[in-house]
Amino acid sequence: MINPLLARYAECLFWLARFVERAENLARILEVHETYARDKSGARDWYTIVQLHADEEAFAEKHKTATAKNVIRFYLTDRENTTSIVNTVRYARENARTLRPLVSTEMWVQLNIFYNRLIAIDERELTPGSLSPLLSEIKEACQTFTGITEGTFYRDQAWYFYRLGRYIERADQTTRLLDSKYYVLMHDTDVGNMVNTGQWLALLRAASGYHAFRLLHQSDLTPWRIAAFLLFNPSFPRSVYLCVREVDSALTGLKSRYNLRGGNDVAEGLDQLRSILGTRSIEEVLAGGLHEFIDFIQRYLIAITDRLGAAFFGHPPVETPAWQDADLWPPFATTPDADLQIQSQA
Amino acid sequence: MGDFVLDHYDPGEFYCEMLGCPATAEIRDRLGRMPIGEFKRRAAGVEQALYNLGITFTVYSDSQAIDRILPFDAIPRVLPSYEWDRIERGVKQRVTAINLLLDDLYHDQKILKDRVVPTDLILGNANWRPQMRGVKIPHKAYVNICGTDIIRDEKGEFRVLEDNARTPSGVSYVIENRHMMLRSFPDMVDEIGLRSVEDYGMHLVGAMREIAPENTTGGKLEPEIVLLSPGTYNSAYFEHVFLAREMGVPLVEGRDLVVEDDRVWMRTTGGLARVNVIYRRINDDFLDPEAFRPDSMLGVPGLMRAYFAGNVALANAIGTGVADDKAVYAYMPRIIRYYLGEDPVIENVQTNICREESALRYTLDHLHELVVKPVGEAGGYGITIGPRANRAELEECRVKLLADPSNYISQPCISLSVSPTLIDGVVEPRHVDLRPFAITGKDTWVLPGGLTRVALRRGSLVVNSSQGGGSKDTWVFD
Repeated sequence: MINPLLARYAECLFWLARFVERAENLARILEVHETYARDKSGARDWYTIVQLHADEEAFAEKHKTATAKNVIRFYLTDRENTTSIVNTVRYARENARTLRPLVSTEMWVQLNIFYNRLIAIDERELTPGSLSPLLSEIKEACQTFTGITEGTFYRDQAWYFYRLGRYIERADQTTRLLDSKYYVLMHDTDVGNMVNTGQWLALLRAASGYHAFRLLHQSDLTPWRIAAFLLFNPSFPRSVYLCVREVDSALTGLKSRYNLRGGNDVAEGLDQLRSILGTRSIEEVLAGGLHEFIDFIQRYLIAITDRLGAAFFGHPPVETPAWQDADLWPPFATTPDADLQIQSQA
Repeated sequence: MGDFVLDHYDPGEFYCEMLGCPATAEIRDRLGRMPIGEFKRRAAGVEQALYNLGITFTVYSDSQAIDRILPFDAIPRVLPSYEWDRIERGVKQRVTAINLLLDDLYHDQKILKDRVVPTDLILGNANWRPQMRGVKIPHKAYVNICGTDIIRDEKGEFRVLEDNARTPSGVSYVIENRHMMLRSFPDMVDEIGLRSVEDYGMHLVGAMREIAPENTTGGKLEPEIVLLSPGTYNSAYFEHVFLAREMGVPLVEGRDLVVEDDRVWMRTTGGLARVNVIYRRINDDFLDPEAFRPDSMLGVPGLMRAYFAGNVALANAIGTGVADDKAVYAYMPRIIRYYLGEDPVIENVQTNICREESALRYTLDHLHELVVKPVGEAGGYGITIGPRANRAELEECRVKLLADPSNYISQPCISLSVSPTLIDGVVEPRHVDLRPFAITGKDTWVLPGGLTRVALRRGSLVVNSSQGGGSKDTWVFD
């Protein structure tokens, strides 16, 4: 017998997973900036976090300058900023509160303790020397939640919606992490520039990809190799490619095991995204612009989320353009290839 | 400072649940051997665990604190089985009488024709639902979940204070409190013959199956049961979650349900799925904006159509509020005799119905020694406790009484029994009551024990959680 799952619950699960994943990645982004806050490029660096989240306006309302202190408060403890970690975890907790009938008690308790810890953060913990351990703690709390979920959450369709959210968000966040350093690549591609290489390594570390990357590339630590690794590597758990593959497999599982009829358009879109990520070379991406490519993926993921809403969460049908429509596509004018032909026929 | 839990405990002139009964000797011994420091340490551990669980109680008037812990006191309230047996019989008798009353009121109205209960008291009651006239209810079980508030007076006599036949809450605390005790005080519980409270969810879901409308499950073996909650901001949301989990059924809100062809469906990931039984934790008047309050955002438009068409069961049934009205309460001993030909196993508290002239006069003459209650309010709001009220408060009460006498009853001020309670590290007597929970489908089953509420403020008689009350684990032991 298949237990029915309320559409509202499916959506809450999707967002619960996303918010936890988002909090973890925001901690990662802050951590990588904290590590390089003392560089000569450090000061301008902090503002990229604001840009990354399109928070320029909201930030300007509260702070004149993007100092390390201001940005850290804005993204860590500011309860008025909807994108701060404390609010992200609050939203996760709100969803979990709604999902209490479904999620395990351990999941709920851990999230509850985590949130209570965040609202109790002391000013002194935000100073250099204390901030890194705090960010690690936040990252670990998110990972703990993920682990508890892995070990306690009942594997019916609810689990698949949770996975959909987790991997869509993780794919999105990896593109943001990458985007936070793209200008280094665009403005200064001198391989011998050790400061920039150092920043890219920090980026890799923030994504927990340093060791895996080293296994693949003993030498030749070029920024574009790192970008390629984060985008396309089929085995790295935070690469965009792997995340999209997981989204695809979760959706396939949902449809085949639980007789859900909706979501065919999502499956179609995922196939196309997978094929792009699986066949594109980093050189092609750089030629069209890394930022533009990242932007394309982010908009693609938003379109997928909208369509999931219409297919499973009881939202009205999506009016957004079909997959093949131009504005979803990156400017690949310089590299026409076979993949694109397939899309326009679909 | 005493070295052990009960060393300096003195209940004074009140009946004490712990000391008043010889059968509790073993439990007293164990508490007597427990160093107070050790007890406090474990109690603090329980508090932390509750905090981590986010076990909260929302109080509407306190906008600052959406989440608040319902205080838990770790010293149990104890009931030997011979005392419990009487309570159990009393509760079953009461629930049986209430269901017979409702069936009669919504069908033949014999009790009105026989003038046992005044007709206008029923038909003029705010909770009377004329739509229910002639509606058939499976097993005539109108009140599937009933909470009967019972107190003990200074002589140690049990008395029924109130019936809760609409959507009584608090059972989740009974079971969570027990879990806390088992975890933190296993040595207190060991081998005293404690009766389990684990199977409440099973009995509840069993009763829901028994009231499912026939032939509505569409060939499925089991009816689809859901729990309908007002949502996460409701004061009892935690309990709704708890019950849905214990029953293993979906917890839904009004917006998850839709009525089509006079049938109820829920919106799922795979489309609409049929619903056969709804344990609703929403009051009658908010259930269906088509039938009752049109401004209700919590309900399901058309639900009453499906209900009256016999396509969905609701627990409790519509219109049970007329039976737990504080004015109807006064007639309960007579109602029990009328339907069952028995004396009440547990007596009422003596009650003056202010709509009757002599009772009003008596109440006005004895205001300073009576408790005056509005009949329509729940949760301890609007009560005047004569002996505790000052001159101005008594005058205010007199004005209200004269303006609308039929809205009030009065009762003598009873010194509720006390139970030892840990207050700021010291064990002191605090007043308690008891709310056993009865589940009725084909038959009635009573959860052993029930919710013991404790008035944490010194001298306070108001145990409601909205008014500074806490709770204790209730131990029924053999």
